[in-house]
Amino acid sequence: MKTSHIIILVAIAIAIGALLMYSVDFSTYDTIESAKSKQGKYVHLIAKLDKTQPIQYDAIKDPNYLSFYAVDSLGGSAKVIYRNAKPAELEQSERIVLKGKMNGDVFECDNILLKCPSKYKDDKKQLEKTVSKSNP
Amino acid sequence: MKFEGEHLLPGQIGHFFVLLAFVASLVSTIAYFKASKTEDPLQKNSWLRYARGAFFTQVISVFTIFGIIFFICSNHYFEYFYAYKHASKELESKYLLACIWEGQEGSFLLWTIWHSVLGIILIFRSKKWEAPVMTVISFAQVFLALMLLGIYFFGVRVGSNPFVLTRNELEGPIFSQPNYLSFIKDGVGLNVLLRNYWMVIHPPVLFLGFASTIVPLSFAYAGLTTKKFGEWVKPALPWALVSGCVLGVGIMMGGKWAYESLSFGGYWAWDPVENASLVPWLILIAGLHCMAIYNATGNSLKAAFVFIILANAFVLYSTFLTRTGILGDTSVHSFTEAGMAMNILIGLFALAIPIPMFILFFKNYKQMPSVYKEENISSREFWMFIGSLIIFLSALFIIAVTSVPVYNKIFNTNIADPQNREFTYNKVMVLVAVIIGILTAASQYFKYKHTDKKYFLKKIAIPFAVALTITILLAVFYPIEYIKQGAGFLGAIYLAIFAAIFSALANATYIWSVLKGNFKAGGAAIAHTGFALMIVGMLISSGNKKVISDNRKTGLYISFAQDPKGRNSEDPLENLTLIKMVPTRMAEYVVTYTGDSSAIKEKNRSFYKLMVEKKDLSNGKVLENFELTPDVYKMKDNNLSSNPDIKHYLFHDVFTYISSLSDRSSVVDTAQFKLHEIKLGDSIFYSKGYMVLNDILKNPDNKRFHFKPTDTALVADITVFSRDSTSYKAYPVLSINNFEINYKDDTVFAQNLYLKLVGITQQNKFKIAVKESDIPADFLTLKAYVFPYINLVWLGLIIMAAGFIVSIIRRAKVKPLFAAAALIAVTAGLFYMFLLAN
Repeated sequence: MKTSHIIILVAIAIAIGALLMYSVDFSTYDTIESAKSKQGKYVHLIAKLDKTQPIQYDAIKDPNYLSFYAVDSLGGSAKVIYRNAKPAELEQSERIVLKGKMNGDVFECDNILLKCPSKYKDDKKQLEKTVSKSNP
Repeated sequence: MKFEGEHLLPGQIGHFFVLLAFVASLVSTIAYFKASKTEDPLQKNSWLRYARGAFFTQVISVFTIFGIIFFICSNHYFEYFYAYKHASKELESKYLLACIWEGQEGSFLLWTIWHSVLGIILIFRSKKWEAPVMTVISFAQVFLALMLLGIYFFGVRVGSNPFVLTRNELEGPIFSQPNYLSFIKDGVGLNVLLRNYWMVIHPPVLFLGFASTIVPLSFAYAGLTTKKFGEWVKPALPWALVSGCVLGVGIMMGGKWAYESLSFGGYWAWDPVENASLVPWLILIAGLHCMAIYNATGNSLKAAFVFIILANAFVLYSTFLTRTGILGDTSVHSFTEAGMAMNILIGLFALAIPIPMFILFFKNYKQMPSVYKEENISSREFWMFIGSLIIFLSALFIIAVTSVPVYNKIFNTNIADPQNREFTYNKVMVLVAVIIGILTAASQYFKYKHTDKKYFLKKIAIPFAVALTITILLAVFYPIEYIKQGAGFLGAIYLAIFAAIFSALANATYIWSVLKGNFKAGGAAIAHTGFALMIVGMLISSGNKKVISDNRKTGLYISFAQDPKGRNSEDPLENLTLIKMVPTRMAEYVVTYTGDSSAIKEKNRSFYKLMVEKKDLSNGKVLENFELTPDVYKMKDNNLSSNPDIKHYLFHDVFTYISSLSDRSSVVDTAQFKLHEIKLGDSIFYSKGYMVLNDILKNPDNKRFHFKPTDTALVADITVFSRDSTSYKAYPVLSINNFEINYKDDTVFAQNLYLKLVGITQQNKFKIAVKESDIPADFLTLKAYVFPYINLVWLGLIIMAAGFIVSIIRRAKVKPLFAAAALIAVTAGLFYMFLLAN
């Protein structure tokens, strides 16, 4: 193979790569405020469960409907609707990544990623709490 | 202060061996390097002896460290932080190994152990290549030993030592008391998500796959430093095959684990962690093919160099991705950040081998031999190279999308995953599958250098025609129903299915029509057949995967023109609520949640019994019935960790897991029993209907009760008619044993009704107590899928692995008896693990 061939191949590879990357419709991480200004656009919110507001989930009536309120670090707040089963750790989560679209003041979410303290076993603060519980 | 009950000796020995491992690997790197640079045979030999001694010292240290960790964890010495974090007394002993490689330190240890094993084999087998090859491996060992060192340099702790003490790592009031150990009752233990036998076997296999990519790279280094640019390929090829086989199997073991014991709903989700392990494999496969091309024709040597270096580089990069916590917001796998110093160390490790390799490669680029004749378009090497390039590009695409969190860190952007992550990858990879399928089918019938057109067309015609026929038959009788992404994507799926079937057939027939049944030479064809079958299985099982817990498919869902909750028609209704003892339709099955039971040994684990029946709708005959017991770990803080249960059939799997549970711990039943005095045939009203006392039976002996005539027992026969015009039977019991009255309530779960037969009045009336609870009965919500033809995926994988082994045997010239034994043992083992066990 000649050097010129390699250059052509590399050029083609880069072109294909660029095309492919262009075809990927990346989303963004947003705050609740900025998501509200991007109505109907698919975004990721990093937020926290608002524990002062009720969580609505009744599996007997409808196992595919969950709603709760989320707040973010900038003070934004929104109602979240998730049409799926309630993740069991929701109440204990420290941080939630919500994926979905803002629809008016309601965030229609299709995926929830929870960050829970108990999963972070290597978190020293958590371990210190656990070890202190064994205090007489 | 003197602390009581501590066992400090094993830790001290451990510390010593960690240090020894570091020093020994450093010495062996230098000595091997010296040996590789010395021409004088006498001096070379003396350096080699020195290097080997150091390497063996290192090997012994590493194994000793592992042994001590094992000892500490199995004895529950919670004074050691590692044991406290990863072991616990309730943990079954089969998970002891799993809890060792759960932690960062343990998994690095696993890696360095595999390097040691590979190193020993190489010392005995690589002959003249030993010095340069072992230089690289010893160098990698230096870095891995650094990870375990945990020594302070200028106030920064380098590495994380597995022998640190709990009281030094954690702060707490108990540590100020000399008898603090008596307060630590138990360790934290293995994460419940990881309590699975795959956690015992998957990490070692995957890490062997990762570790082994360094061997072909070491040979490439040897080729570069000795200026024998092409000679390294031959001895390195079997090693590249070993690496491809082990890494491929390791990745799919992870898939099988995710499939059968995690509630991710499948075996592959394009999660960053999965991608990070797939990418090195793909690049390695590309490199493998280029090495084979060079072996046969002298072409593609430079590409082989690049791919082999990159395969290892991406192993290191994936280590960086998964262990620095950078993927935290994008992956379902939970990651922990090990601290800045550790992250930098891992980053350095990821750069320390690839960068010098590339510098060396480009320095020697001009001197490398290359074939100046153009490759013939009808030659096998041309198409093999194109295929390798496509695989390499697809790997670059995957890692480019996966690395988004890295760009965010560097450029301070806020790019996130695309809305439909799976589709983003699938739409590209389905086209890759089409190209690779056709190339692996056709290029088998090309010969190196030049192929006669007639010969090619004659050989390829039959597999092509048969594959086309099968695909058309499939489209007619078992169509793919994946229409979510439009007709174009569906078309691409069919094309890919055709290409994969074509590839499987062409490669399988190649063994007979060209190799005349000579299996020993057919490693590649066997591996390709297996790979193609795996792709067919993936396409069909994902394309026709069905959620059967969807209310809309059970006929129970009433669709409104405008849903009161604003639901769109595409929104999934994937969770089905099952109330205890109430049979519920789920696709063609009727499911009843009958009860739960706790696991005997593992605390907090409960199994939920689901009776599943499939009835012939015309005559009500039960066609089949089986029991599924998905289980749930209830962790502290009420967290759930759900494990699926799968009913396996030859051609499909029914896959169920619990998505939520009724929480009864916090509610108190305040409803009271209300007493009614009625005669036979009278009725009692309740809020949702009424019930009739049909009869009072004395000492009945029937299907349900087995009283003897000598007993004193009364059973009320009650029928409950609810307002939605369903009726239920209930049989509360009153019995007298040893002058003591016993009541056995009966419950109509669907109506939340508790019935009690309390006694008989003077007026021949019967006292029936009724309680209507406002607390719902026990329930759970279930997700259920059907995965069709999933066994093809596992079968394909096993065939692929067998093909790899056949190739290894031929290339490494293994003795026939040993070869046959290895092939049978590995294939049978994999067959058992993937298709029989569970």
